[in-house]
Amino acid sequence: MGFEKILNLGGPLLLGAVTTVEITLVSLLLAIVIGLGLALLKLSRFKLLHWVIDIYVEVFRGTPVLAQLFIIYFGLAYMGFKVSAFPAAIIGLGLNGGAVLTEVFRAGLGAIHHGQREAALAVGMTPWSSLRYIILPQTWRITLPPLGNYAIALLKDTAVVSAIAAPEIMFYARNLVTSTFETTLIYVLAAALYFCLSFPLARLVERFEKRQSAWQ
Amino acid sequence: MSQPLLQVEDLYKSFGSLEVLTGVSTTLERGHKTAVIGPSGCGKSTMLRCINYMETPSSGHIYLDGELFGEKRVNGTTARMTEKELAQQRAHIGMVFQGFYLWPHLNARDNVAIAPMKVRGMSDAEAYELADAMLAKVHMSHKAEEFPERLSGGQQQRVAIARALAQEPKLMLFDEPTSALDPELVGEVLKVIHELAEEGRSMVLVTHEIRFARDVADWVIFMGDGGIIEEGAPEELIAKPQHDRTRAFLRQILEH
Repeated sequence: MGFEKILNLGGPLLLGAVTTVEITLVSLLLAIVIGLGLALLKLSRFKLLHWVIDIYVEVFRGTPVLAQLFIIYFGLAYMGFKVSAFPAAIIGLGLNGGAVLTEVFRAGLGAIHHGQREAALAVGMTPWSSLRYIILPQTWRITLPPLGNYAIALLKDTAVVSAIAAPEIMFYARNLVTSTFETTLIYVLAAALYFCLSFPLARLVERFEKRQSAWQ
Repeated sequence: MSQPLLQVEDLYKSFGSLEVLTGVSTTLERGHKTAVIGPSGCGKSTMLRCINYMETPSSGHIYLDGELFGEKRVNGTTARMTEKELAQQRAHIGMVFQGFYLWPHLNARDNVAIAPMKVRGMSDAEAYELADAMLAKVHMSHKAEEFPERLSGGQQQRVAIARALAQEPKLMLFDEPTSALDPELVGEVLKVIHELAEEGRSMVLVTHEIRFARDVADWVIFMGDGGIIEEGAPEELIAKPQHDRTRAFLRQILEH
């Protein structure tokens, strides 16, 4: 088994890795925006809003990402909205992650004692200032570990978007398999590539967790 | 300047069907100290929390410096202020909680400096200078860089007092400031409050420390069942209570 062969296979896989990282970062960002936004909206007193958010969370947590991706990709096309694979992958993973992170942020916000907010209001902060300077910095530190774990899981789960032909690692891997029949080698290489991406991410999360122990 | 600093006017507060306050009125002159005592559940903390609108009274009014607090006059009647307007008024009242509620992600100095920065718009340098002065007042200068989790309860409460002082408030509210403390830490906090009282600060103090109330306050209110049962100068009320309930309460407290 030649070193050259690995290099030949590795090129396309590396190309896919760039897309994998892009999809991970952009859909993670979308999921954080959705999750934090909805968790904050759940602090409001509008019961109808709670309902709508709960339905969204339950539906997206309770159905497979693969099904969600197919519905977004093919369903939208069927209705006349043609989205290409990359944005469809972002929307699908972002909406799915948004549901997961809504619960993560809701739990994080809920873990903060009501006295924290009272003390902020008592010194004359507006509710917005109290959120920005007192509540969110604490929520952030509480939610960082689950957020990091979610990011690592997401990185690996992006493999699923190969099903709608988004050109990431697994998409290239399968194409290479059909053209070279080096099945085992290619999937081992693909797995190794995921590991090379997730391992540093895990170490990064670990470092963040250590930093927060300054006050917890 | 003839009007009192604080007027509490016919305060009622219910939580659902539970009536916690049933018509409390009192006034506080500038530089005076009122202690509020009474059994648990008598409404004394709720009364205190209504003064700065941490709780919105069901009815009744608060006046600070003669100005309606937490409400504004609209077409001949009164309506609750917006949160933003309320925040501006609250900045004039310092509050110290039973549970301290320091912000754990900020060190002692930042806990004290953040309100001057974000509420009053001071520069960082001004705010830290003020914070250091306030920490010195509560004898906590040596712990300015520490995070709350590294401080004892008594130290945390003293930083919380410094945080309230940094508002340069017209009035200080103390909500059972020593009730959550280990007995050996109560003294250091009472000492600080005593020093503030001697500076001539205006304060309302809800406490279980009867002897302390007698030493610091110039007026004592005894509450029960959501109302004022008896009030008077501390020597009078504590030495010669008129009501059976006051007598029973004081006997019980002073025996321990």
